[in-house]
Amino acid sequence: MKLVVSIILTALLGYAVCLFLPWWGFAVSSFLIGIIIHQKPSKAFAAGFAGLFLLWGFHAYFIDLNNQNLLAPKIADVLGIGSSGALIIITAIVGGLVSAFAALSGSFGRTLIKTQN
Amino acid sequence: MRVVYFILSLALTVGLIIVLNVPLPAGKTKTPRMGYFLSPQKGFWQNAEAADKEFNAAIHASGLKGKVSVYFDERLVPHIYAENDHDANFVQGYLHARFRLWQMDFQTYAAAGRLSEIMGAQGSGSDFLKIDKFFRRLGMVYAAENSLKQMESDPESKAAADAYTAGVNAYISALDEKDYPLEYKMLDYKPEQWTNLKTALLLKYMSYDLAAYEQDFEMTNARSIFTAKQFEKLYPYGQDSLDPIVPKGTVFAKAGLVVKKPLNADSVYFTFNADTTKSQAYNPKPDPANGSNNWAVSGIKTASGKPILCNDPHLGLNLPSLWYEVQISTPGNNVYGVGLPGAPNVIIGFNDNVAFGFTNSGRDVRDYYEITFKDSTMQQYLYNGEWQNTTFRDEVIKVKGAVADTEHIAMTVWGPVMYDKNYPNILKDGKAYACRWKAHDPSDELKTFGKLDKAKGYDDYVDAISTFSCPAQNMIFASKSGDIAIRQQGSFPAKWRRQGDFLMPGNDSSYRWQGIIGDSFNITLHNPTYGFVSSANQYPYDTTYPYYIGGSNPPYRGIIINRNLTQMENITPEDMQRLQTNNYNIFAEMAKPVLLKYTDETALTDTERTLFETYKSWNLRNDIDEKGATIFAVWVDSIMAEMYDDELSQSPLPMPQPVQSTMLESILKDSSYVFADNINTPQKETIKDIVTAAFKKATTELNIAEKTGKLAWGKFKDSGIRHLLRIPAFSRLHLPIGGGNHIINATKQFHGPSWRMVVHLNDKTEAYGVYPGGQSGNPGSKYYDTFVDYWASGKYYMLSIISEAEISKQKGLKGKMTFSNS
Repeated sequence: MKLVVSIILTALLGYAVCLFLPWWGFAVSSFLIGIIIHQKPSKAFAAGFAGLFLLWGFHAYFIDLNNQNLLAPKIADVLGIGSSGALIIITAIVGGLVSAFAALSGSFGRTLIKTQN
Repeated sequence: MRVVYFILSLALTVGLIIVLNVPLPAGKTKTPRMGYFLSPQKGFWQNAEAADKEFNAAIHASGLKGKVSVYFDERLVPHIYAENDHDANFVQGYLHARFRLWQMDFQTYAAAGRLSEIMGAQGSGSDFLKIDKFFRRLGMVYAAENSLKQMESDPESKAAADAYTAGVNAYISALDEKDYPLEYKMLDYKPEQWTNLKTALLLKYMSYDLAAYEQDFEMTNARSIFTAKQFEKLYPYGQDSLDPIVPKGTVFAKAGLVVKKPLNADSVYFTFNADTTKSQAYNPKPDPANGSNNWAVSGIKTASGKPILCNDPHLGLNLPSLWYEVQISTPGNNVYGVGLPGAPNVIIGFNDNVAFGFTNSGRDVRDYYEITFKDSTMQQYLYNGEWQNTTFRDEVIKVKGAVADTEHIAMTVWGPVMYDKNYPNILKDGKAYACRWKAHDPSDELKTFGKLDKAKGYDDYVDAISTFSCPAQNMIFASKSGDIAIRQQGSFPAKWRRQGDFLMPGNDSSYRWQGIIGDSFNITLHNPTYGFVSSANQYPYDTTYPYYIGGSNPPYRGIIINRNLTQMENITPEDMQRLQTNNYNIFAEMAKPVLLKYTDETALTDTERTLFETYKSWNLRNDIDEKGATIFAVWVDSIMAEMYDDELSQSPLPMPQPVQSTMLESILKDSSYVFADNINTPQKETIKDIVTAAFKKATTELNIAEKTGKLAWGKFKDSGIRHLLRIPAFSRLHLPIGGGNHIINATKQFHGPSWRMVVHLNDKTEAYGVYPGGQSGNPGSKYYDTFVDYWASGKYYMLSIISEAEISKQKGLKGKMTFSNS
């Protein structure tokens, strides 16, 4: 349950924070979620990854859908990525990875705070 | 241990973000900042425009005087309804920025020699620093500054430019980084504020494109190789086949301004073949094919009894397109047509009363003067026997990721010293040359377009164009009252024969441009009895014109247009569309008898004969499926090489290429044409030897084309419209379109009719147009290349001036924007 909550929270906050911060703003929220929600580091990592993977993946997917798949193939060509589907996956993985390591850091940070207490 | 994990993990996170937040090297270029670029909230995904997007907005801008409404029709053409000119210009600026910001900004970077600032010194096979240096040294910024002063000294032009700039900036100021056009995100820079100087730079870029062609260094080199007689044969002045804009036989007044050839010209300037003028150097040239067609027929030639005006400017074909289509309505005036993103006004179009268009004049208004400096500091130079002081312009070229470069440019009485020891010319003679270019002089082109947009009749047309200076154009006009007219308008230096074709002595004022050709010598052809006026970049007058014209002027499109217009009666707009897209090759028609005569068929092998038969049965049309058109084109190139390469290769330095009309006219009239002989062989070759050998050589390329399925003209020519950054995915390549050089449909590989327009000045104006692009400059928009296929297939859209009441009720609109100051 915690895992699901933290995934949803990662996605929601990740989106909200980036309305005000640069593209990497979600790393801050994922880091904080890692601190606040107590989970094993591996689960924090997974939640961080999944949250942003889903957020960026679905966001890109729906943009592409509305765009009738016009721009994605062009960008895929420019970047030398095989297809627009692959471009969506890569987009999702990049967001997911940054978020995952931020969440992992948060999780390790939480254990530090606890030990000090 | 936990501390270590924490630190490691945090370092990894921060490291990852940093790597994703900087451009990374990828081959010869750099990637965008990938994290930013891929972010669906910030990066390129934000430029993937929803297909059903409606372009609605309510804009509040303090600069406005009244209210403005803009309706976007189903092709995304804005119809602007403003209460005054100021607001119309403001909104035009806003819309150009909204739909074409990157393009207009990028073009001004190019014009100002600032590409290195955003592209780096080198990249993607281009040497941007070299290009920037060239434009700085040519004096582009100097020219734009001079014109800006002139423009801003005229209250109306200044008001128009100010309002336009404010409109552009109103859009830019409201941008968030997620809203930046795609190319900014790819190249990782930000839009900068627009200025009137940027508008002036854009107009100067048009001058570079249209009024900067010269071959003075090459010609000077040729002068040292050839005798005067040979030179005149290779690079003649005038053409036998010429059908000038102002008909032959027109009697010209005696020159009002008598131009004196300098006394020492024969010994100093016309130094043929005795001169021992002794390449890293960079000397890009605007495409000499930058031409165009325009014509207007009067009521006596049309089915309706009302004039029809047509124009198709031939320019480099790019995406985003050079043109942006618009209707602008202000109280008492409605104008429709295309304008240049970066400048206010409709440039080619029509209003309720008149229609207007342009083709390029091709006159040579850029010359060089050799400068003798006292010493290497370049602080003094010799002029009329005295040492004059130079001033200096230090042009700082910022370079992305490297230290800035400064061009230290000496300014003389002639203009900027373009070439000196730090910036060698293509002859590598170590000498310094100042550039005298008409575009350096103050001028106000906006004024002409502003007035034309509002012209009510012939007198207004004459008034509007009379101040136009550079780039000189053949300005065509037709009105509902039945007038048609054309005039080659510009500020032309009065030259003696061959003045400025070679490099001139800069220490002697007698080589200066002695004056400007008087207005009455820019002949206006107004309602000629035969019922039409036209131009297609041919010479405006024959050689009886009292001043030297010089320049680069292909004759053939003019001949075929005039032949058609002479024959045509009861003309309809559909007839004119067919004429604009006509693929008949008049040059091939004129060449065919003489090529057949001079081909020794017995010398051809079987495969050569097959190709030759295909050529013989060719219908002389450059339609996409015609193989004969390809054979002819490759053969002519081969003849040019066989005929002239031996003479031209006498110098290792660049030489001017003779033009195709010179070759054809020569072999038509002279069966013992002296250049047929290959000077590197002991025997004496004849035209027959050359023409036959050229065919045999051409078959190598033609056989490869045949084997790869590319012998058909459309496949061989392989036309396309390239993105300004030459990104294939953003370009439309391999388009099925015919036409080509010397053909009315002048579509070459990457060059051609950038806007086709036919305006029937009937009681209710009936107009048609199309350009190879789309209203949006965003490669992620479905409006990016909407018109390309339509254009390629020779179709036209209906263009209509619509009232606000009418358009507001239309179905299928793509949005409405309102603008007000509160």
